[in-house]
Amino acid sequence: MTLRFQPHRRHLLKVGIAGALVLAVSRSLEHHAFAVASPAGIQGSLDLKILANKDADVIAALAPVILAGSLPEEVVSRQIAINEVVEAFDRTVAGLSPSVQREVEELLSLLTMPITRRFVVGISASWPNATEDEIKQFLDRWRNHRFGLLQQGYQALVRLMIACWYGNPLSWGRISYEGPPFAKELGLQ
Amino acid sequence: MTASVIPDFIKIAREDKSRGWKVLDGSRLTADIDIECDVVIVGSGAGGGTSAEILSAAGLNVVMIEEGPFKSSTDFRMRERDAYPQLYQESAGRQTKDKGIVILQGRAVGGSTTVNWTSSFRTPPTTLAHWQRVWGLKDYTVADMLPWFQKMEARLSIEPWGVAPNENNDILKRGCDKLGIPAAAIKRNVRGCWNLGYCGMGCPTNAKQSMLVTTIPAALDHGLSLIHSTRVERLANRYGRITSLVALGMDREGVAIGRYKIRVTAKHYVLAGGAINNPALMLRSKLPDPYGALGKRTFLHPSSVSAAIMDGKVEAYSGAPQTIYSDHFLDTQPVDGVIGYKLEAPPIHPILAGITLQGFGTEHATWMKRLPNMHVAIALMRDGFHEGSIGGSVGIRADGSPILDYKITHYVWHGVRRSLLVMAEVQFAAGAKIVMPLHEDSKPMRSWTEAKKLIESLPMETLRTRIASAHVMGGCAMGADARVSVTRGDGRHHQLDNLWIFDGSAFPTSIGANPQLSIYGMAARNATRLSELIKPEIQIKFA
Repeated sequence: MTLRFQPHRRHLLKVGIAGALVLAVSRSLEHHAFAVASPAGIQGSLDLKILANKDADVIAALAPVILAGSLPEEVVSRQIAINEVVEAFDRTVAGLSPSVQREVEELLSLLTMPITRRFVVGISASWPNATEDEIKQFLDRWRNHRFGLLQQGYQALVRLMIACWYGNPLSWGRISYEGPPFAKELGLQ
Repeated sequence: MTASVIPDFIKIAREDKSRGWKVLDGSRLTADIDIECDVVIVGSGAGGGTSAEILSAAGLNVVMIEEGPFKSSTDFRMRERDAYPQLYQESAGRQTKDKGIVILQGRAVGGSTTVNWTSSFRTPPTTLAHWQRVWGLKDYTVADMLPWFQKMEARLSIEPWGVAPNENNDILKRGCDKLGIPAAAIKRNVRGCWNLGYCGMGCPTNAKQSMLVTTIPAALDHGLSLIHSTRVERLANRYGRITSLVALGMDREGVAIGRYKIRVTAKHYVLAGGAINNPALMLRSKLPDPYGALGKRTFLHPSSVSAAIMDGKVEAYSGAPQTIYSDHFLDTQPVDGVIGYKLEAPPIHPILAGITLQGFGTEHATWMKRLPNMHVAIALMRDGFHEGSIGGSVGIRADGSPILDYKITHYVWHGVRRSLLVMAEVQFAAGAKIVMPLHEDSKPMRSWTEAKKLIESLPMETLRTRIASAHVMGGCAMGADARVSVTRGDGRHHQLDNLWIFDGSAFPTSIGANPQLSIYGMAARNATRLSELIKPEIQIKFA
């Protein structure tokens, strides 16, 4: 395990500083524009406004790791929860201003482009085939990375995922949160 | 679905055509339009709302433009995932340039007053004294401001909160009492409050006396034209005056700008779009700024956060938020000495708690599972009173959107560390089993000794230490010296005769207290003066 990740780690130090450059290049090479939702998302067809399938794959792969311990364990409920996180992520990003949307777009480019996925993120296989261990190591590395840009990327991903999950009433049972009070009196039912 | 027992009187008035409210949704324009008026106000928060009522009551023809949507009580469903995208800048995720600080700022009719936590303080006398001494604001004495605070307190039912604090606030009180730290009750702008705890998602009972339910409907009754879902893009100036304003309707989602333009020609232009958007609008418009003061000195009350786990239920999402405070660490040292801070206890809802707690996976989930037992204290740094705290600087991106560059200095970090120590001590004194300062390198601690050791060793760095802000102030500082400020004490721009800044962006420092009442008082006085100034002009026209 250690051996396998060491090359990435060393590489990361070199690549890290060039991260911003890679990003700029990647943007011109592969125009990762949000815009048209593809008809079929992951796991059948999710209702996506701006995320492409490959973005949805990343979010779906990250969800079980970032939200470990809070997603339902039962298979069907778990899949429903993950789908709803992906859709909420899509909705949330679509609601941000164009300039902030562009930043998220850049981050997703970095995660999805094979070359940066491999050398900056440290995920060798495609996202759907990445192991939870690999993803956890990626998150830990970025969380404590000496480059602020990658720390920012980590925090943006984690915050978005967490907001998308804990905004969902499906998550409230586990945290013993009962939801808004006086729902009947205030016409919320 | 059942109906609410609380009538949505705003919606009822909007639908009652005999009421004659002029409300235009900028996302539903079908052509460009041109408007002429006496005064145009940009923004509908504490400054804009207060100004709109005063100016329209004076018989002036007033237009108000708001970027956010026009929502009211039946739209406020107490769910974070609906409220944040609808009512906040950047879905409640506005950040500084280096992403080191998350900023909660409203974006809806009523501005931040629609979503604030109702804490009401007059501008502290120490802050006013500093403004007189350092910024030459001679008529900002306690006595000068008193009648304006009294007027707005009466207008907005700002009174001591007669109900017992919720457990989250009571813990702060008990901890302070144990340590001999004075703590007191916060006044709130509410009438018939249900003590729900969901102020941050818009008040579903119309109890909060925000601009949305007070000054804005009154101004609409006086003939105000309210144009919402519309962003002001540019001001044109010539020969020392603003000559026109151009705004663009937003798209239906309220995310990007739409196709159609609104051009407003007014005698006077009042900016009240907040301390990030005002300077950005002025920078986009390339207004005169001979000394480069515009957008500088933007302050945030950067706030550190300390979480604790109690034995009993806290349910910090329930009951009025922020009802107890302590100014001990502001009052016991000179305003321009080491940085002081105010202690408060915020509401904790699942999303807000989730995005503020550090970590991911089981580390994070373990804390979330204890949400009902979680207490949170915050310490708001009083920035802007010392050369070690010059605040942030607002700039514009290539697309003209605002960006705030706020570097937390060593001087401010020093206060953050001290505040984390104090909050941990207070929490343990109140009986906390576990305390955890919010920091990437933090961990749960079981005793004050253990906490002290850890906090003293934590690196005080951006992105490592959680810092949040709900108060954006400055950027268009008022002052007597035009070389270091943007407006005069009466809110008038130093270089442009008919441009006025009537909101928190005019503050030359932070306030050192939750700022809404400071904005109300200042805007009420300056808008009253403006109405007295221009009424004769208007009368001459009709003579």
